[in-house]
Amino acid sequence: MTVINAQSLDLTFQTADGPIQALKDVNLQINQGDFVSFIGPSGCGKTTFLRVIAALEHPTGGTVTVNGMTPDQARQARAYGYVFQAAGLYPWRTIGGNIRLPLEIMGYPKSEQADRMKNVLQLVDLEGFERKYPWQLSGGMQQRASIARALAFDADILLMDEPFGALDEIVRDHLNEQLLALWARTGKTIGFVTHSISEAVYLSTKIVVMSPRPGRITDVIESPLPKDRPLDIRDTPEFAALAHRVREGLRAGHSYD
Amino acid sequence: MRSIVPVLTVVAAIIGLWYAAVIPMNIKEALMQAERAGAEVTPASARDRRDAAALGLVMQNSFAIGATFDQDRPRLPAPHQVMAELWDTTIDKRITSRRSLVFHAWVTLSATSLGFAIGTGLGILLAVGIVHSRVMDLSVMPWAIVSQTIPIIAIAPMIIVVLYSIGVQGLLPKAIISAYLSFFPVVVGMVKGLRSPDAMQLDLLRTYSATKTQSFFKLRLPASMPYLFASLKIGIAASLVGAIVGELPTGAQSGLGARMLTGSYYGQTIQIWSALFAAAIVAAALVGLIGLIQRLTLRRMGVTA
Ligand SMILES: Nc1ncnc2c1ncn2[C@@H]1O[C@H](COP(=O)(O)OP(=O)(O)OP(=O)(O)O)[C@@H](O)[C@H]1O
Ligand SMILES: [Mg+2]
Repeated sequence: MTVINAQSLDLTFQTADGPIQALKDVNLQINQGDFVSFIGPSGCGKTTFLRVIAALEHPTGGTVTVNGMTPDQARQARAYGYVFQAAGLYPWRTIGGNIRLPLEIMGYPKSEQADRMKNVLQLVDLEGFERKYPWQLSGGMQQRASIARALAFDADILLMDEPFGALDEIVRDHLNEQLLALWARTGKTIGFVTHSISEAVYLSTKIVVMSPRPGRITDVIESPLPKDRPLDIRDTPEFAALAHRVREGLRAGHSYD
Repeated sequence: MRSIVPVLTVVAAIIGLWYAAVIPMNIKEALMQAERAGAEVTPASARDRRDAAALGLVMQNSFAIGATFDQDRPRLPAPHQVMAELWDTTIDKRITSRRSLVFHAWVTLSATSLGFAIGTGLGILLAVGIVHSRVMDLSVMPWAIVSQTIPIIAIAPMIIVVLYSIGVQGLLPKAIISAYLSFFPVVVGMVKGLRSPDAMQLDLLRTYSATKTQSFFKLRLPASMPYLFASLKIGIAASLVGAIVGELPTGAQSGLGARMLTGSYYGQTIQIWSALFAAAIVAAALVGLIGLIQRLTLRRMGVTA
């Protein structure tokens, strides 16, 4: 079932230096339960595309639907949780308080807030940290807490913009593994922006390769890897072949600038 | 403990300088008295002494140095004289007495507190308006800035006269002057604080479809607290200045400002200085109190360790 459907999407920013075409003729279908990675050089419109899906930007041409609705309606229907590059936890709230934030805003009753908070803390392996303040947690734990916050109201779609970009590789490996486990357990549809080829290949069922000026999709790769992926799958020839194809796609997009 | 040594060093240096300054400031008066008492003074003529350099007089008449610390109406009172007066007018007088500095400080403090409350409330309201409405941003801010460029000493009498003519007097006019001075730092700090959340923080709330009211109470307001407290410290000190200035043009009978004014009418420099010190002590206590509330609040909010 198609969850996100973009049809000939265009987005041009009007800036002081003239118009910038951030997205040009983008067509993409994302199905229920897909793990889709967006990869491409800086400025190719990955963030912009995710923000369009989340109704944080509005396209200047074409259409997007999320669960058959406009992005704005989908947001009202709590269709997605959004994870930003920085954890952005409120320093004046505990981890538990941060996770309750969307629940308070959406008007969940108190007891349900507590239950949901406990659940998602378990999902991201942060049980027992609910009374801690953000500054008492490492960067990786903070980012996990921000994922828990996005999961708290049980949206079907999780949009993540370079959530592990600021973390070191060892922590990142660990979080990637955990993210896969979480995805397997919850069956959510995930849109994931990254700069790392191996991260994209390791995580995704579908890899979207983009290129800049104007931002557009140059390749969409369906991953043949099995759903169950231990970390050492990265040493297999299938993995290497996939990574190679992504790298070629990135190079092709780059060739004429 | 480690911070007490530098502080005491500075205090000692100031007191030393002060005593040193007292000698030349008061030498002419001291010599006048010595002459009347029959002492030998150089130069002998009062006229010559008037035009002589103070330091020269001190050199030539070192016997009179002791007397400079002990004048009744010194040009510059010595530290111990101010302390003695402070002690006398605070500890030794009943606090209901008109001669008690505690009584006068209390009068000024009530105007300060009322003014500070009005100023802070007004400041916060204006800041909320400025942050949420472009029209207010464009229209209020310039006037708030202009209001602070007019010397308070010029505006205070007008406020008092205008309010007197409509029958308002006593505490309120002083409080209004004090509010006039204190609302500004609160507006500036609060606007900055309410705008401190970055685009990502605001986007996050948009993804929850949060209303403006929710964004305000969940994000903007708590984020503004550190800024607010910094402004409140400036605001409370400004409130005190406002209350004192408000006591000057009315010829008020009570309040620290009134003490300073009557002191200057009658050449009671010791009284002026002790009122000045009382004002400084009150200001320090108020700023300290705000600091304490800040620490407690921010700790309860979990922002600081
Ligand atoms: N709000 C905006 N106003 C004007 N231009 C914008 C805005 N947001 C993005 N752009 C421009 O749109 C283009 C795409 O930006 P976008 O942030 O989507 O790239 P990205 O692929 O996420 O890059 P990165 O990998 O560096 O995060 C860039 O040229 C950028 O300068
Ligand atoms: Mg980006």
